[in-house]
Amino acid sequence: MRKQRLVIIGNGMAGARLIEEVLDRGGRDLFEIVVFGDEPYGNYNRILLSSVLGGAHSAEDILINPPAWYQQNGVKLHAGLRADAVDRGRKEVHGTGGIVETYDKLVIATGSRPFIPAISGIYADSGAFKRGVFVLRTLDDCRKITSFATTCRKAVVIGGGMLGLEAAQGLLDRGLEVHVVHKSPHLMNTQLDPPASAILKETLKCMGLHIHLEKMTSAVLGQGRVAGVAFEDGSSLWCDMVIIAAGIKPNVDLARQAGLAVERGLVVNDELSCLNDPAAFAIGECSQHRGKTYGVLAPLWEQARVLADRLTGRNPSMAYRGSKVATRLKVMGVDLVCLGEKDTGEGDEVVQYSEPSRGIYKKLLIRDNRLVGAILLGDSAMGSACQRVFDREERLPADRASLLFTPGGETKVTSVADLTDTTQVCNCNGISKGDIVAAVKAGYRSLKAVCDATRAGTGCGSCKPQVQAIVELAANGLIVDDPSAYYYVPGVPLSKSELIKVCKEQGLRSVSAVFNALAGGKDDPDSKMGLASLLKTIWGEEYEDERDARFINDRVHANIQKDGTFSVVPRIYGGVVTPEQLRRIASVAEKYDVRRVKITGGQRIDLLGIPREKLPEVWNDLGMPSGHAYTRAFRTCKTCVGSEFCRYGLGDSLGLGIKIEKMFQGIETPHKLKLATTGCPRNCSEATTKDLGAVAIEGGKWEVYLGGAAGSRVRKGDLLCVARVHDEVLMYMGRFIQYYREHARYQERAYDFVERLGIEKLSRILVDDVEGICQRLDAEIQAAGDAYVDPWQEAANPEHPNQFARVLTLV
Amino acid sequence: MVATLPLASRAYNLGQITRIPPGEGRTFQIGHDAVAVFQTRGGEVFATQAWCPHEAAPLAEGMIGAGKLVCPIHACRFDLATGQPERNGGRPLKTYPVCLDEMGDILLYLDDRRFSGLAAG
Ligand code: SRM
Ligand SMILES: Cc1cc2nc3c(=O)[nH]c(=O)nc-3n(C[C@H](O)[C@H](O)[C@H](O)COP(=O)(O)OP(=O)(O)OC[C@H]3O[C@@H](n4cnc5c(N)ncnc54)[C@H](O)[C@@H]3O)c2cc1C
Ligand code: SF4
Ligand code: FES
Repeated sequence: MRKQRLVIIGNGMAGARLIEEVLDRGGRDLFEIVVFGDEPYGNYNRILLSSVLGGAHSAEDILINPPAWYQQNGVKLHAGLRADAVDRGRKEVHGTGGIVETYDKLVIATGSRPFIPAISGIYADSGAFKRGVFVLRTLDDCRKITSFATTCRKAVVIGGGMLGLEAAQGLLDRGLEVHVVHKSPHLMNTQLDPPASAILKETLKCMGLHIHLEKMTSAVLGQGRVAGVAFEDGSSLWCDMVIIAAGIKPNVDLARQAGLAVERGLVVNDELSCLNDPAAFAIGECSQHRGKTYGVLAPLWEQARVLADRLTGRNPSMAYRGSKVATRLKVMGVDLVCLGEKDTGEGDEVVQYSEPSRGIYKKLLIRDNRLVGAILLGDSAMGSACQRVFDREERLPADRASLLFTPGGETKVTSVADLTDTTQVCNCNGISKGDIVAAVKAGYRSLKAVCDATRAGTGCGSCKPQVQAIVELAANGLIVDDPSAYYYVPGVPLSKSELIKVCKEQGLRSVSAVFNALAGGKDDPDSKMGLASLLKTIWGEEYEDERDARFINDRVHANIQKDGTFSVVPRIYGGVVTPEQLRRIASVAEKYDVRRVKITGGQRIDLLGIPREKLPEVWNDLGMPSGHAYTRAFRTCKTCVGSEFCRYGLGDSLGLGIKIEKMFQGIETPHKLKLATTGCPRNCSEATTKDLGAVAIEGGKWEVYLGGAAGSRVRKGDLLCVARVHDEVLMYMGRFIQYYREHARYQERAYDFVERLGIEKLSRILVDDVEGICQRLDAEIQAAGDAYVDPWQEAANPEHPNQFARVLTLV
Repeated sequence: MVATLPLASRAYNLGQITRIPPGEGRTFQIGHDAVAVFQTRGGEVFATQAWCPHEAAPLAEGMIGAGKLVCPIHACRFDLATGQPERNGGRPLKTYPVCLDEMGDILLYLDDRRFSGLAAG
């Protein structure tokens, strides 16, 4: 089959990104890719130009893909060559010098150029800028500025927006006296509210910038070379160079000439294709989507991804629905993160904190309990956390301050910038900060990619926030939002709710059916377990079990150990044993020469070091059911002795714990579930730090807690409700467990899930029944419990003759 | 596959493919040596060294899929066909030619000179 020709105009951030995304999706086999870039380079990181200007980076530092990269990937790059015209009738792009490339698909990614306000004296007679007047958009601009600046003492930057301030800081670093002239009364007025601008102004003044607000520049003075600027109010300021940073204008001339629909930008629909030409597409700053043009990177990354999904057929129904915008000011010594909206609407909740003496101002704009805007100035330690809840539109914690301030005490994150390269970050795999930075430099630009490449965060996972922070730091803003972070499993590009919907619609009852229908038959091993867990929850008895989709532990119902043997933990309901059971355990331990007998942290007994082929015999001899100490399922319910014996006991915690174990044993969940019941608030069984806990209180009642933790994280559970009797505790716990099964991400512990949704929401759903689903939840968890069969029964009825075989020999 | 066999190789019949459940692997002991043999859901067969080069876990108990093998102990990943580790710096697995005959018997080819002793670690 002939490959299609994909021609891209513009080799900037969007164009080059699209090429990477298309190649990632196997696009090399589908397309001959041609790209026109009128800058004479490969591709470089435009957002770091301001730090090249300041001297923190060299021009080489910011190159992303050199020309050789294009060659290696079979992409034809016309570097330094402008596309002058598009003939849509013949599907041709005409480049300077008579080059013609035909296309099947055309992508316009011409970006934008600086907006030049009507100021007299900017241009020389030749039509070029007067000597000493500059803009900052390209690497060439940057080179011209830095070389000219060596002859200068004083510079004026016209424009007090983000770009103007970054340029000003760059020149300041080069030793010039720098004046920023801004026509509005507030710096960065598109992102900041007046109090924030006022604090920012003071901070910048302390750093040595001169700031002039409400000043309209009317003329650039000087004959042949800049000698100053004049203002509308009649005043003037001498200087030897001027940088214009007054905004940007999309580059749409080419598109307009080609007859494509153009307003402020080149208009595209949710498919990113031009309105009147389905073979032409546009992404990046030149495009206009749903009335909006963007001036930052995050939107164009999303666009590149969506378009690559569509063009390569990886996900032809993918649509772009607009982006949420975040801005970070990259001026050394000023910490500033702005998210979303800045102006308060009616009914919005505003949380504000201001400490002008330290240059700190923080504001959260909250609507319907979601973050719609934020300004964090002077201390952006919580910037990433805020951005996450903002991007994902998560519900906010009731304690709003937790979004503004880093917590004190045990979880305090030291700024990753202060760590040395040799500091070990991932304590499970021994990965240092330096290893992570090296991976980012090698091109891995999302948390997932870095974790996959270094193994950081793949152990207990508790270091992930720190790894994320280091990736962000090292990527200099080039961080990629990894869409697979939202997928339920990595190998099927759907979120959990989408996946459930499709599986139900299409009647997909087995893991391989899902791979065939939704992943092109690719049976990704990292996705199997998650799918198995989900399908079992959706289909119950109708689920078609495929044993290879289970991890070894779940194939043989025991936990694999470092030497390849297994551990056996029989269920001991509520931690209560009979002498007879103890005797049996003891004789099994002797008969099989068990290497170690250990009382576990879960009030049971562990027999360690059993070879695979002995498992069935051990289970038979024990005559006890599985304790499920090996799987993502209900594990245990710890208890304390409770009211029957303890002099303080207020409730029968032991009886309740046993009922809980009998009701929920074997039920599979997104991650393991550990419960506890305690007979009084002294909490001897640690119920408030379990996934679910019940605490007896005076009056014969029970407090039901959700989302406690005392593993790799420590968290006190949230009080869901107070129940009157055992059955009510069981009911609320069951409801939560079923809701957790249906809504949590795979491998999301209850403590993360509860925190993500918030206890208020959970109590509205599970106690007030605002969604009217409680009856169904109750029935489904009951059915799941009723379907329980002790997996150790497979000792007598193996599912395959070699289920427990460790080593086979020749026949 | 048979066409590219090393010269001194010898075929071992490991019995019917049904000895290995679909999508799983099993360790086979052949004399002093052990080999992990896998059957994909699609019915393809692969053979690799039996123990993980990282810390000697039984690779036959790992998950397979999409041409990959994931070690059950610390999740190192290997290409089933070539034995190449997914992460740079890891050691590759030895792989062995293996196929099914027309009766559905697994035929494993071992180069007797090179094989002996190597796979037992
Ligand atoms: C046997 C036991 C330790 C002991 O000797 O007491 C144990 C052993 C293991 N724990 Fe644990 N945990 C044991 C109680 C706990 C407890 C305490 C408890 O259950 O009350 C905790 C803290 C509570 C919790 O679950 O958070 C605990 C937190 C963990 C964690 C961290 C989970 C987290 O997200 O915070 C892991 C890792 C994981 O699950 O990903 C883990 C993982 C493991 C694994 C399964 C690691 C593995 O995947 O192989 C260990 C298996 C050892 C082996 O070879 O058999 N174990 N582990 C305990 C068995 C309890 C039981 O009877 O079922
Ligand atoms: C100094 C500076 C700092 C910035 N800082 C940040 C930041 O911190 N965070 C952030 O998110 N964003 C930042 N931005 C904005 C960000 O760089 C842009 O949003 C992004 O570069 C837009 O990508 P694009 O591909 O649409 O346009 P561009 O990157 O401008 O790429 C367009 C390319 O097309 C070429 N081109 C145009 N017309 C033609 C033609 N007819 N033929 C051939 N080639 C053509 C252009 O020369 C250019 O190379 C910054 C921008 C600048 C200038
Ligand atoms: S038993 Fe738990 S704490 Fe101990 S080494 Fe294993 S996982 Fe770590
Ligand atoms: S033993 Fe295989 S990855 Fe560690």
